[in-house]
Formats: sequence, C-alpha cells, structure tokens
Amino acid sequence: MAERTKQIKFQLNRETYSKETAAYKPKKNVLWNSLKAFLVGGFICMLGQLIANFYMMYFNFTERSAGNPTVATLIFIAVLLTGFGVYDVLGQFAGAGSAVPVTGFANSVAAAAIEHRSEGYVLGVAGNMFKLAGAVIVYGVVASFVVVLIKKLIVG
Amino acid sequence: MEQLLIAFVVGGLICVVGQLLMDLTRMTPAHVMSSLVVVGVVLDGLGLYDPLIDFAGAGATVPITSFGHALYHGAWAEAETHGLIGIITGIFEVPSAGISAAIVFGFLGSLVFKPKG
Repeated sequence: MAERTKQIKFQLNRETYSKETAAYKPKKNVLWNSLKAFLVGGFICMLGQLIANFYMMYFNFTERSAGNPTVATLIFIAVLLTGFGVYDVLGQFAGAGSAVPVTGFANSVAAAAIEHRSEGYVLGVAGNMFKLAGAVIVYGVVASFVVVLIKKLIVG
Repeated sequence: MEQLLIAFVVGGLICVVGQLLMDLTRMTPAHVMSSLVVVGVVLDGLGLYDPLIDFAGAGATVPITSFGHALYHGAWAEAETHGLIGIITGIFEVPSAGISAAIVFGFLGSLVFKPKG
C-alpha cells in the first residue's frame, strides 16, 4: 500500500502532469480575447465620456473634475447590472474588458456583498465586501505612500 | 464625437494590457487590477497620467489605473502643504467618490438583490 502511493506520487510530478493535461486544457485565443477586451472596455470608457460630457454641460464640472461624478455614476450602473446578473455574463465574454474599468471594481464589491448576504449583514455583507477590491485598495495606497515618499525625498 | 472615439481607443487599449497580463502570464483578475493600480500610481508620480487624462478624458479616468492616480494625487497635494504626515491624511481625499460610491451602492445592492444561481 505504501509502495503504491509512492508510485502514484512519482508519476504525478509537475512535469508529467502538465504534459498529460496539455491536451485537455482549454486553448487560449489571445488575439480574440484581446479584441473582446478592447471592444467592451472601450465601450465602457466611451459611456463614461458621455456621462462626463453630461456633467460638464449641465453641472459646471471641468474636464478633470468631471472624473469623480462620472466614476460614481458608472459604479451605480455597475451595481445595478451586477444585481440583475448581467455584469457576470458580460464578464465571461469580455474578461479584462469588464474587469479593468472602474465598473469591474464596483462589480467585485457588489457581487461579494450580495453573495455573502446569507451570512448576515455584518460578517457576511460588510465583512466580504472588499474581499477582492481590498487588494486593489491596499496596493494602491501602499504604492502611493512609497512613491510620494520617494518623490518627496528626491524633489523635496 | 472625436472625444468619444479617443476615450474608446485609449480605454480599450488599457483593457487589452490587462487581458494580455491575464492570458500570457497566470495572473488572476485580482492580480491584474492590483498591478494596474500600482502602474497608475507610478505613472502619476512621473507626471504622465494628467496629460493622458487631458488627452483621453474618460478613456483615462474610467480604467482602474485612475484609482491609483487619484490616491497619489491626494497624498501628494497634502504632502506638499503639510509635509510627510500629509501622505497619510491626504491619500483618500481624491478617490473618495469611487470608494464611497462602491460601499454605499454595494451595501444597498445587497439589501435589494438576491444571489443568482
């Protein structure tokens, strides 16, 4: 028995595993995936531009300050689409095209919040909300801290 | 109209970078998003992100890289006026819209919607 498990372990080392499973792995079509990401991501940004134009025209925002309300509006839309289950379908099709825009950030927050609702509003919803988005915030904050510190020490 | 096209192309290209990171390396979407945020911070630190926003508008403000840009901007502005402690006090000043909206709408969404599937 002990000999047998030893043998199986030997056969399933890293090299033979990847060799044996190579034929069954889904093939990635890098070009097609990129095209889909480009089209969907571009479309979301274009939608953002339309919203920004709306804010600039009717609420006296400038080109740069229009970014914040635009982001908030897109997040609202993304949460709605996540709730109706549309954003996940879009994500399956578009990959990074729907993950990289800020709507993907909102989707990760809303999806985690909705999914863990059954565990209660404190430990479930609130505790899991930033499961994925938390990583983004942590790396963004730490990177900003380091870069500002370095720049401050160099430039003064 | 031209503005919409530029936003489309620039925003789309940033997403392609993310997609290539996912396809060519073994990064998960979480890794890609974290990396792009750091890229946004570094680009802004080098003074390159603001010109990109002037050029591409929402094409630069909608992708997650702009979140890094916003974090850096607040931290830098406060650091200029209050010294090093300003980094800590200022870091969330600008990206407040994104984080607050995500928390509030995400929470309200969890009250309204039930999980699918």
